[in-house]
Amino acid sequence: MDAKVLQNHLLELIRRTSAELPTDVVRAVQAGLRREKQGSSARYALQVIDDNIIMAKDKSQPLCQDTGTIICYADLPAWCSEGKFRKAYEWAVVEATRRGYLRQNSVDSITGKNSGDNLGPGSPQYHFHQTPKKALTVRMMLKGGGCENVGIQYSLPDTRLAAGRDLEGVRKCLLDAVLQAQGKGCGPGILGVCIGGDRGAGYVAAKEEFFRELDDTNEDPRLAKLEKRIMKEGNGLGIGPMGFGGETTLLGVKITHRNRLPASYFVSVAYMCWAFRRNGCVLTEGGKLSRWLYDS
Amino acid sequence: MLLEAPFTEQKIRALKVGDMVEITGLLFTGRDAVHKYLHDGGKPPVDLTDSIVYHCGPVVVKENGKWVVKAAGPTTSIREEPYQGPLMEQYKIRGVIGKGGMGPKTLQYCQSVGAVYLHAIGGAAQVLAERVVAVEGVHLAEQFGSPEAIWEFRVERFPAVVTMDSHGGSLHAQVLAESTEKLARLLG
Ligand code: SF4
Repeated sequence: MDAKVLQNHLLELIRRTSAELPTDVVRAVQAGLRREKQGSSARYALQVIDDNIIMAKDKSQPLCQDTGTIICYADLPAWCSEGKFRKAYEWAVVEATRRGYLRQNSVDSITGKNSGDNLGPGSPQYHFHQTPKKALTVRMMLKGGGCENVGIQYSLPDTRLAAGRDLEGVRKCLLDAVLQAQGKGCGPGILGVCIGGDRGAGYVAAKEEFFRELDDTNEDPRLAKLEKRIMKEGNGLGIGPMGFGGETTLLGVKITHRNRLPASYFVSVAYMCWAFRRNGCVLTEGGKLSRWLYDS
Repeated sequence: MLLEAPFTEQKIRALKVGDMVEITGLLFTGRDAVHKYLHDGGKPPVDLTDSIVYHCGPVVVKENGKWVVKAAGPTTSIREEPYQGPLMEQYKIRGVIGKGGMGPKTLQYCQSVGAVYLHAIGGAAQVLAERVVAVEGVHLAEQFGSPEAIWEFRVERFPAVVTMDSHGGSLHAQVLAESTEKLARLLG
Protein backbone atom coordinates (compact mmCIF):
# COMPACT_ATOMS: atom_id res chain seq x y z
CA MET A 1 0.00 0.00 0.00
CA ASP A 2 1.15 3.48 -0.81
CA ALA A 3 2.29 5.39 2.30
CA LYS A 4 -0.01 8.32 1.58
CA VAL A 5 -3.05 6.06 1.25
CA LEU A 6 -2.25 4.35 4.55
CA GLN A 7 -1.85 7.74 6.26
CA ASN A 8 -5.25 8.90 5.13
CA HIS A 9 -7.00 5.70 6.24
CA LEU A 10 -5.40 6.08 9.66
CA LEU A 11 -6.40 9.76 9.89
CA GLU A 12 -10.01 8.83 9.15
CA LEU A 13 -9.80 6.09 11.79
CA ILE A 14 -8.68 8.65 14.39
CA ARG A 15 -11.38 11.14 13.37
CA ARG A 16 -14.10 8.52 13.58
CA THR A 17 -12.87 7.23 16.92
CA SER A 18 -12.79 10.71 18.45
CA ALA A 19 -16.15 11.94 17.14
CA GLU A 20 -18.37 8.84 16.91
CA LEU A 21 -19.28 6.40 19.64
CA PRO A 22 -19.71 2.77 18.57
CA THR A 23 -23.38 1.80 18.35
CA ASP A 24 -23.14 -0.84 21.08
CA VAL A 25 -22.15 1.96 23.49
CA VAL A 26 -24.87 4.30 22.24
CA ARG A 27 -27.44 1.54 22.76
CA ALA A 28 -26.23 1.04 26.33
CA VAL A 29 -26.45 4.79 27.09
CA GLN A 30 -29.97 4.94 25.65
CA ALA A 31 -31.08 1.88 27.60
CA GLY A 32 -29.84 3.65 30.74
CA LEU A 33 -31.74 6.78 29.77
CA ARG A 34 -34.99 4.83 29.45
CA ARG A 35 -34.39 3.11 32.77
CA GLU A 36 -33.94 6.30 34.83
CA LYS A 37 -36.95 8.00 36.38
CA GLN A 38 -38.59 10.95 34.61
CA GLY A 39 -37.48 14.18 36.22
CA SER A 40 -34.44 12.67 37.96
CA SER A 41 -30.98 14.21 37.70
CA ALA A 42 -29.71 10.82 36.49
CA ARG A 43 -32.01 11.05 33.49
CA TYR A 44 -31.05 14.66 32.95
CA ALA A 45 -27.35 13.72 32.85
CA LEU A 46 -27.93 10.87 30.39
CA GLN A 47 -30.06 13.13 28.21
CA VAL A 48 -27.22 15.66 27.95
CA ILE A 49 -24.80 12.81 27.20
CA ASP A 50 -27.09 11.44 24.49
CA ASP A 51 -27.44 14.90 22.91
CA ASN A 52 -23.68 15.28 23.06
CA ILE A 53 -23.15 11.96 21.25
CA ILE A 54 -25.39 13.07 18.39
CA MET A 55 -23.88 16.54 18.19
CA ALA A 56 -20.25 15.35 18.15
CA LYS A 57 -20.97 13.00 15.26
CA ASP A 58 -22.85 15.67 13.30
CA LYS A 59 -20.16 18.27 13.77
CA SER A 60 -17.30 15.79 13.44
CA GLN A 61 -15.81 17.13 16.66
CA PRO A 62 -14.38 15.34 19.71
CA LEU A 63 -17.02 13.75 21.95
CA CYS A 64 -15.08 14.96 24.95
CA GLN A 65 -12.34 17.59 25.11
CA ASP A 66 -10.07 15.08 26.82
CA THR A 67 -9.16 12.95 23.83
CA GLY A 68 -7.21 10.66 26.10
CA THR A 69 -4.30 8.30 25.77
CA ILE A 70 -3.98 7.08 22.20
CA ILE A 71 -3.75 3.30 22.37
CA CYS A 72 -3.16 1.51 19.07
CA TYR A 73 -3.13 -2.21 18.23
CA ALA A 74 -1.89 -3.24 14.82
CA ASP A 75 -1.81 -6.77 13.37
CA LEU A 76 0.87 -6.47 10.73
CA PRO A 77 0.92 -8.69 7.59
CA ALA A 78 4.17 -9.35 5.74
CA TRP A 79 3.77 -6.28 3.49
CA CYS A 80 3.58 -3.78 6.36
CA SER A 81 6.64 -3.32 8.56
CA GLU A 82 6.44 -1.84 12.01
CA GLY A 83 8.49 1.12 10.80
CA LYS A 84 6.16 1.82 7.90
CA PHE A 85 3.14 1.64 10.16
CA ARG A 86 4.60 3.91 12.84
CA LYS A 87 5.52 6.53 10.30
CA ALA A 88 2.02 6.61 8.84
CA TYR A 89 0.25 6.54 12.22
CA GLU A 90 2.42 9.32 13.61
CA TRP A 91 1.68 11.49 10.61
CA ALA A 92 -2.03 10.82 11.20
CA VAL A 93 -1.77 11.70 14.91
CA VAL A 94 -0.02 14.99 14.19
CA GLU A 95 -2.53 15.87 11.47
CA ALA A 96 -5.49 14.88 13.68
CA THR A 97 -4.12 17.15 16.40
CA ARG A 98 -3.73 20.00 13.93
CA ARG A 99 -7.33 19.56 12.78
CA GLY A 100 -8.66 19.40 16.34
CA TYR A 101 -9.79 15.74 16.32
CA LEU A 102 -7.27 15.29 19.12
CA ARG A 103 -6.38 17.75 21.87
CA GLN A 104 -2.73 18.57 22.61
CA ASN A 105 -2.55 15.95 25.29
CA SER A 106 0.99 14.68 25.72
CA VAL A 107 3.06 16.19 28.52
CA ASP A 108 6.71 15.56 29.34
CA SER A 109 6.64 13.98 32.80
CA ILE A 110 9.89 15.63 33.89
CA THR A 111 9.60 19.16 32.51
CA GLY A 112 5.79 19.46 32.35
CA LYS A 113 6.05 20.72 28.77
CA ASN A 114 3.29 19.79 26.32
CA SER A 115 4.75 18.39 23.09
CA GLY A 116 1.91 20.05 21.18
CA ASP A 117 1.50 17.27 18.63
CA ASN A 118 0.74 14.23 20.82
CA LEU A 119 4.09 12.62 20.05
CA GLY A 120 6.67 11.78 22.70
CA PRO A 121 7.97 8.87 24.74
CA GLY A 122 5.12 6.32 24.93
CA SER A 123 2.77 8.52 22.93
CA PRO A 124 1.02 7.12 20.98
CA GLN A 125 1.07 3.75 22.70
CA TYR A 126 1.58 0.80 20.32
CA HIS A 127 0.87 -2.91 20.54
CA PHE A 128 2.18 -4.74 17.48
CA HIS A 129 1.54 -8.32 16.41
CA GLN A 130 2.50 -10.16 13.24
CA THR A 131 -0.26 -11.86 11.35
CA PRO A 132 -0.10 -14.55 8.64
CA LYS A 133 -3.24 -12.98 7.13
CA LYS A 134 -3.16 -10.81 4.03
CA ALA A 135 -4.88 -7.76 5.51
CA LEU A 136 -3.76 -5.15 8.04
CA THR A 137 -6.01 -4.83 11.09
CA VAL A 138 -5.80 -1.68 13.18
CA ARG A 139 -7.71 -1.11 16.40
CA MET A 140 -7.52 1.96 18.57
CA MET A 141 -8.92 3.43 21.71
CA LEU A 142 -8.88 6.92 23.24
CA LYS A 143 -8.75 6.47 26.98
CA GLY A 144 -9.61 9.55 29.04
CA GLY A 145 -7.67 10.76 32.05
CA GLY A 146 -10.52 11.17 34.55
CA CYS A 147 -11.55 7.55 34.19
CA GLU A 148 -7.94 6.32 34.10
CA ASN A 149 -7.41 7.94 37.50
CA VAL A 150 -10.07 5.74 39.12
CA GLY A 151 -8.57 2.47 37.83
CA ILE A 152 -7.25 0.29 40.64
CA GLN A 153 -5.22 -2.87 41.19
CA TYR A 154 -5.78 -5.27 44.08
CA SER A 155 -3.39 -7.85 45.45
CA LEU A 156 -5.21 -10.76 47.05
CA PRO A 157 -5.71 -11.67 49.80
CA ASP A 158 -6.95 -8.24 50.89
CA THR A 159 -7.72 -7.88 54.58
CA ARG A 160 -9.71 -4.64 54.34
CA LEU A 161 -12.13 -6.28 51.91
CA ALA A 162 -11.89 -9.76 53.45
CA ALA A 163 -11.21 -10.91 49.89
CA GLY A 164 -9.49 -14.24 49.32
CA ARG A 165 -7.89 -15.74 46.23
CA ASP A 166 -11.00 -16.94 44.45
CA LEU A 167 -13.85 -15.57 42.34
CA GLU A 168 -15.70 -14.49 45.47
CA GLY A 169 -12.63 -12.41 46.39
CA VAL A 170 -12.58 -10.96 42.87
CA ARG A 171 -16.24 -10.01 43.22
CA LYS A 172 -15.48 -8.05 46.39
CA CYS A 173 -12.67 -6.18 44.63
CA LEU A 174 -14.84 -5.23 41.68
CA LEU A 175 -17.68 -3.93 43.81
CA ASP A 176 -15.18 -1.99 45.89
CA ALA A 177 -13.73 -0.47 42.71
CA VAL A 178 -17.21 0.71 41.67
CA LEU A 179 -17.81 2.16 45.13
CA GLN A 180 -14.48 3.99 45.24
CA ALA A 181 -14.96 5.43 41.75
CA GLN A 182 -18.38 6.94 42.59
CA GLY A 183 -19.07 9.37 39.72
CA LYS A 184 -15.49 10.57 39.43
CA GLY A 185 -14.63 8.62 36.29
CA CYS A 186 -17.53 10.24 34.37
CA GLY A 187 -19.82 7.28 34.86
CA PRO A 188 -21.82 5.40 33.82
CA GLY A 189 -18.66 3.41 33.26
CA ILE A 190 -17.38 0.12 31.97
CA LEU A 191 -15.01 -2.14 33.90
CA GLY A 192 -12.24 -3.96 32.06
CA VAL A 193 -10.81 -6.58 34.38
CA CYS A 194 -7.94 -9.02 34.39
CA ILE A 195 -7.55 -11.70 37.04
CA GLY A 196 -3.90 -12.73 37.39
CA GLY A 197 -0.83 -11.85 35.36
CA ASP A 198 1.86 -9.58 36.77
CA ARG A 199 1.02 -5.96 37.54
CA GLY A 200 1.92 -4.70 34.07
CA ALA A 201 0.31 -7.45 32.00
CA GLY A 202 -2.77 -7.31 34.21
CA TYR A 203 -3.59 -3.73 33.33
CA VAL A 204 -2.81 -4.23 29.62
CA ALA A 205 -5.14 -7.22 29.43
CA ALA A 206 -7.80 -5.40 31.44
CA LYS A 207 -7.86 -2.59 28.87
CA GLU A 208 -7.91 -5.00 25.94
CA GLU A 209 -11.29 -6.18 27.24
CA PHE A 210 -12.65 -2.80 26.12
CA PHE A 211 -12.44 -4.04 22.53
CA ARG A 212 -15.26 -6.49 23.27
CA GLU A 213 -18.73 -5.28 22.35
CA LEU A 214 -20.85 -4.41 25.36
CA ASP A 215 -23.63 -6.88 24.57
CA ASP A 216 -21.42 -9.92 23.91
CA THR A 217 -21.18 -12.91 26.25
CA ASN A 218 -17.92 -14.11 27.73
CA GLU A 219 -16.88 -17.50 26.27
CA ASP A 220 -15.88 -18.66 29.71
CA PRO A 221 -19.14 -19.49 31.51
CA ARG A 222 -17.61 -18.81 34.94
CA LEU A 223 -16.59 -15.31 33.90
CA ALA A 224 -19.84 -14.72 32.03
CA LYS A 225 -21.67 -15.40 35.25
CA LEU A 226 -19.43 -13.08 37.24
CA GLU A 227 -19.80 -10.28 34.66
CA LYS A 228 -23.58 -10.50 34.88
CA ARG A 229 -23.52 -10.54 38.63
CA ILE A 230 -21.26 -7.48 38.93
CA MET A 231 -23.43 -5.59 36.45
CA LYS A 232 -26.48 -6.27 38.56
CA GLU A 233 -24.88 -5.68 41.94
CA GLY A 234 -22.84 -2.67 40.79
CA ASN A 235 -25.92 -0.96 39.40
CA GLY A 236 -27.72 -1.84 42.62
CA LEU A 237 -25.35 0.43 44.57
CA GLY A 238 -27.33 3.41 43.29
CA ILE A 239 -24.38 5.65 42.40
CA GLY A 240 -25.83 6.57 39.02
CA PRO A 241 -24.61 8.76 36.14
CA MET A 242 -22.01 11.32 37.30
CA GLY A 243 -22.57 10.00 40.84
CA PHE A 244 -25.93 11.80 41.02
CA GLY A 245 -27.67 8.66 42.29
CA GLY A 246 -29.69 6.36 40.00
CA GLU A 247 -29.84 2.95 38.44
CA THR A 248 -27.21 3.33 35.75
CA THR A 249 -23.77 3.08 37.30
CA LEU A 250 -22.24 0.53 34.92
CA LEU A 251 -22.71 0.04 31.19
CA GLY A 252 -20.61 -3.10 31.06
CA VAL A 253 -18.23 -5.46 32.85
CA LYS A 254 -15.67 -7.43 30.82
CA ILE A 255 -13.38 -9.91 32.54
CA THR A 256 -10.42 -11.95 31.35
CA HIS A 257 -7.68 -13.92 33.08
CA ARG A 258 -3.98 -14.65 32.80
CA ASN A 259 -1.89 -17.21 34.59
CA ARG A 260 -0.16 -15.93 37.69
CA LEU A 261 2.77 -16.89 39.88
CA PRO A 262 1.93 -19.01 42.90
CA ALA A 263 3.06 -16.06 45.03
CA SER A 264 0.77 -13.40 43.57
CA TYR A 265 -2.88 -12.86 42.72
CA PHE A 266 -3.65 -9.51 41.15
CA VAL A 267 -7.02 -8.18 40.14
CA SER A 268 -6.50 -5.26 37.74
CA VAL A 269 -9.47 -2.99 37.11
CA ALA A 270 -9.49 -0.45 34.29
CA TYR A 271 -12.40 2.00 34.28
CA MET A 272 -13.74 3.51 31.06
CA CYS A 273 -16.04 6.54 31.08
CA TRP A 274 -19.25 6.86 29.04
CA ALA A 275 -17.12 8.55 26.31
CA PHE A 276 -16.00 5.06 25.34
CA ARG A 277 -14.07 5.73 22.17
CA ARG A 278 -12.83 2.71 20.26
CA ASN A 279 -12.82 1.72 16.65
CA GLY A 280 -10.82 -0.24 14.13
CA CYS A 281 -10.54 -1.13 10.49
CA VAL A 282 -9.23 -3.76 8.10
CA LEU A 283 -7.07 -2.55 5.21
CA THR A 284 -6.04 -4.55 2.14
CA GLU A 285 -2.62 -4.58 0.57
CA GLY A 286 -4.11 -2.79 -2.42
CA GLY A 287 -5.01 0.18 -0.20
CA LYS A 288 -8.75 -0.48 0.20
CA LEU A 289 -10.67 -0.27 3.42
CA SER A 290 -12.47 -3.60 3.55
CA ARG A 291 -14.49 -2.84 6.72
CA TRP A 292 -14.84 -0.99 10.01
CA LEU A 293 -14.66 -3.23 13.05
CA TYR A 294 -17.49 -1.44 14.84
CA ASP A 295 -20.62 0.33 13.60
CA SER A 296 -20.82 3.93 14.67
CA MET B 1 -35.39 25.38 36.48
CA LEU B 2 -33.80 28.54 35.19
CA LEU B 3 -31.02 30.30 37.06
CA GLU B 4 -30.53 33.76 35.63
CA ALA B 5 -28.04 36.53 36.35
CA PRO B 6 -27.67 38.43 38.61
CA PHE B 7 -26.75 35.55 40.91
CA THR B 8 -27.86 37.11 44.16
CA GLU B 9 -27.50 35.48 47.55
CA GLN B 10 -31.28 35.18 47.76
CA LYS B 11 -31.54 33.20 44.49
CA ILE B 12 -28.63 30.99 45.44
CA ARG B 13 -29.96 30.27 48.95
CA ALA B 14 -33.20 29.08 47.36
CA LEU B 15 -31.38 26.26 45.54
CA LYS B 16 -31.36 22.74 46.98
CA VAL B 17 -29.32 19.63 46.32
CA GLY B 18 -30.75 17.75 43.33
CA ASP B 19 -32.10 20.86 41.58
CA MET B 20 -31.52 20.72 37.84
CA VAL B 21 -30.75 24.21 36.63
CA GLU B 22 -30.14 25.93 33.35
CA ILE B 23 -27.87 28.90 33.82
CA THR B 24 -28.16 32.08 31.78
CA GLY B 25 -25.71 34.91 32.31
CA LEU B 26 -21.98 35.45 32.53
CA LEU B 27 -19.55 32.76 33.77
CA PHE B 28 -15.86 33.18 34.50
CA THR B 29 -13.64 30.19 33.83
CA GLY B 30 -10.84 29.47 36.24
CA ARG B 31 -8.78 26.46 37.06
CA ASP B 32 -5.58 25.68 38.92
CA ALA B 33 -3.44 28.69 37.97
CA VAL B 34 -6.20 31.25 38.56
CA HIS B 35 -7.19 29.82 41.93
CA LYS B 36 -3.62 29.77 43.14
CA TYR B 37 -3.03 33.31 41.84
CA LEU B 38 -6.08 34.73 43.61
CA HIS B 39 -5.34 32.81 46.77
CA ASP B 40 -1.79 34.21 46.80
CA GLY B 41 -3.25 37.72 46.76
CA GLY B 42 -3.34 38.39 43.00
CA LYS B 43 -5.85 41.06 42.00
CA PRO B 44 -8.88 39.70 40.11
CA PRO B 45 -9.14 41.25 36.64
CA VAL B 46 -12.95 40.96 36.74
CA ASP B 47 -15.61 41.75 39.33
CA LEU B 48 -16.30 38.47 41.11
CA THR B 49 -19.13 39.77 43.30
CA ASP B 50 -22.21 37.55 42.86
CA SER B 51 -20.43 35.62 40.13
CA ILE B 52 -20.25 31.99 39.07
CA VAL B 53 -16.83 30.49 38.44
CA TYR B 54 -16.51 27.56 36.03
CA HIS B 55 -13.74 24.99 36.49
CA CYS B 56 -13.01 24.57 32.82
CA GLY B 57 -10.01 24.66 30.50
CA PRO B 58 -11.80 25.38 27.24
CA VAL B 59 -10.61 25.02 23.67
CA VAL B 60 -11.17 28.46 22.13
CA VAL B 61 -10.05 29.49 18.66
CA LYS B 62 -10.25 32.74 16.74
CA GLU B 63 -12.34 32.50 13.56
CA ASN B 64 -12.75 35.62 11.41
CA GLY B 65 -11.58 37.80 14.29
CA LYS B 66 -14.08 36.30 16.74
CA TRP B 67 -13.51 33.86 19.58
CA VAL B 68 -15.28 30.56 19.03
CA VAL B 69 -15.56 27.92 21.75
CA LYS B 70 -14.79 24.44 20.40
CA ALA B 71 -15.03 22.45 23.62
CA ALA B 72 -16.00 23.56 27.11
CA GLY B 73 -16.52 20.62 29.44
CA PRO B 74 -15.82 20.77 33.17
CA THR B 75 -12.58 19.71 34.81
CA THR B 76 -12.16 17.95 38.16
CA SER B 77 -12.92 20.41 40.96
CA ILE B 78 -11.36 18.80 44.00
CA ARG B 79 -7.93 20.21 43.10
CA GLU B 80 -9.21 23.66 44.12
CA GLU B 81 -10.44 22.47 47.52
CA PRO B 82 -7.77 24.36 49.52
CA TYR B 83 -8.57 27.68 47.77
CA GLN B 84 -12.25 27.63 46.91
CA GLY B 85 -13.91 28.41 50.23
CA PRO B 86 -11.74 31.37 51.21
CA LEU B 87 -12.11 32.84 47.71
CA MET B 88 -15.90 32.46 47.85
CA GLU B 89 -15.84 34.38 51.09
CA GLN B 90 -13.42 37.09 50.03
CA TYR B 91 -15.13 37.90 46.72
CA LYS B 92 -18.70 36.75 47.38
CA ILE B 93 -18.53 34.16 44.62
CA ARG B 94 -22.01 32.58 44.62
CA GLY B 95 -21.46 29.48 42.58
CA VAL B 96 -18.84 27.10 41.31
CA ILE B 97 -19.39 24.78 38.36
CA GLY B 98 -17.21 21.73 37.88
CA LYS B 99 -17.24 17.97 38.10
CA GLY B 100 -16.67 15.38 40.79
CA GLY B 101 -17.80 17.58 43.68
CA MET B 102 -15.79 19.24 46.45
CA GLY B 103 -15.03 18.50 50.06
CA PRO B 104 -16.23 19.47 53.53
CA LYS B 105 -14.26 22.73 53.67
CA THR B 106 -15.99 24.12 50.57
CA LEU B 107 -19.34 22.85 51.83
CA GLN B 108 -18.86 24.85 55.03
CA TYR B 109 -18.12 28.01 53.10
CA CYS B 110 -21.16 27.39 50.89
CA GLN B 111 -23.22 27.63 54.06
CA SER B 112 -21.52 30.66 55.57
CA VAL B 113 -21.18 32.65 52.33
CA GLY B 114 -24.39 31.61 50.62
CA ALA B 115 -23.00 29.72 47.63
CA VAL B 116 -23.55 26.45 45.76
CA TYR B 117 -21.63 23.84 43.83
CA LEU B 118 -23.08 23.04 40.42
CA HIS B 119 -22.12 19.77 38.76
CA ALA B 120 -21.85 19.97 34.98
CA ILE B 121 -22.07 16.84 32.83
CA GLY B 122 -18.54 15.50 32.55
CA GLY B 123 -17.36 14.94 29.01
CA ALA B 124 -20.28 16.70 27.31
CA ALA B 125 -17.91 19.02 25.49
CA GLN B 126 -20.10 19.70 22.47
CA VAL B 127 -23.39 20.39 24.20
CA LEU B 128 -21.70 22.67 26.71
CA ALA B 129 -19.71 24.53 24.06
CA GLU B 130 -22.94 25.20 22.19
CA ARG B 131 -24.49 26.84 25.25
CA VAL B 132 -21.69 29.42 25.29
CA VAL B 133 -23.25 32.04 23.04
CA ALA B 134 -20.49 34.64 23.24
CA VAL B 135 -16.99 35.12 24.55
CA GLU B 136 -16.90 38.56 26.13
CA GLY B 137 -13.32 38.73 27.24
CA VAL B 138 -10.19 36.92 28.30
CA HIS B 139 -7.75 37.75 31.08
CA LEU B 140 -4.36 36.47 32.26
CA ALA B 141 -4.02 34.43 29.06
CA GLU B 142 -0.47 35.59 28.44
CA GLN B 143 0.58 34.71 31.94
CA PHE B 144 -1.13 31.32 32.27
CA GLY B 145 -1.87 30.12 28.72
CA SER B 146 -5.26 29.80 27.07
CA PRO B 147 -6.82 26.85 28.99
CA GLU B 148 -5.79 28.35 32.36
CA ALA B 149 -6.95 31.89 31.57
CA ILE B 150 -10.09 33.61 32.88
CA TRP B 151 -12.57 33.52 30.01
CA GLU B 152 -15.80 35.49 30.20
CA PHE B 153 -18.45 33.20 28.77
CA ARG B 154 -21.96 34.46 28.08
CA VAL B 155 -24.05 31.30 28.46
CA GLU B 156 -27.65 30.48 27.73
CA ARG B 157 -29.38 27.54 29.40
CA PHE B 158 -26.17 25.93 30.51
CA PRO B 159 -27.19 22.62 32.17
CA ALA B 160 -25.97 21.64 35.64
CA VAL B 161 -27.18 19.93 38.80
CA VAL B 162 -26.87 21.44 42.28
CA THR B 163 -24.87 18.86 44.23
CA MET B 164 -23.80 21.03 47.21
CA ASP B 165 -26.10 23.69 48.57
CA SER B 166 -25.96 26.51 51.11
CA HIS B 167 -27.83 24.49 53.73
CA GLY B 168 -25.14 21.87 54.32
CA GLY B 169 -26.51 19.38 51.80
CA SER B 170 -24.05 17.43 49.63
CA LEU B 171 -25.30 14.92 47.10
CA HIS B 172 -21.75 13.51 46.91
CA ALA B 173 -21.61 12.78 50.64
CA GLN B 174 -25.14 11.38 50.51
CA VAL B 175 -24.56 9.02 47.55
CA LEU B 176 -21.25 7.86 49.04
CA ALA B 177 -22.87 7.05 52.39
CA GLU B 178 -25.84 5.27 50.80
CA SER B 179 -23.78 3.23 48.35
CA THR B 180 -21.32 2.26 51.09
CA GLU B 181 -24.18 1.02 53.21
CA LYS B 182 -25.74 -0.89 50.31
CA LEU B 183 -22.46 -2.63 49.59
CA ALA B 184 -22.00 -3.54 53.25
CA ARG B 185 -25.46 -5.09 53.23
CA LEU B 186 -24.77 -6.93 49.97
CA LEU B 187 -21.59 -8.47 51.33
CA GLY B 188 -23.38 -9.23 54.58
S1 SF4 C 1 -13.34 10.74 32.09
FE1 SF4 C 1 -13.99 10.49 29.95
S2 SF4 C 1 -15.83 11.75 29.70
FE2 SF4 C 1 -14.81 12.39 31.59
S3 SF4 C 1 -13.55 14.12 31.00
FE3 SF4 C 1 -12.26 12.29 30.90
S4 SF4 C 1 -12.42 11.50 28.82
FE4 SF4 C 1 -14.07 12.98 29.11
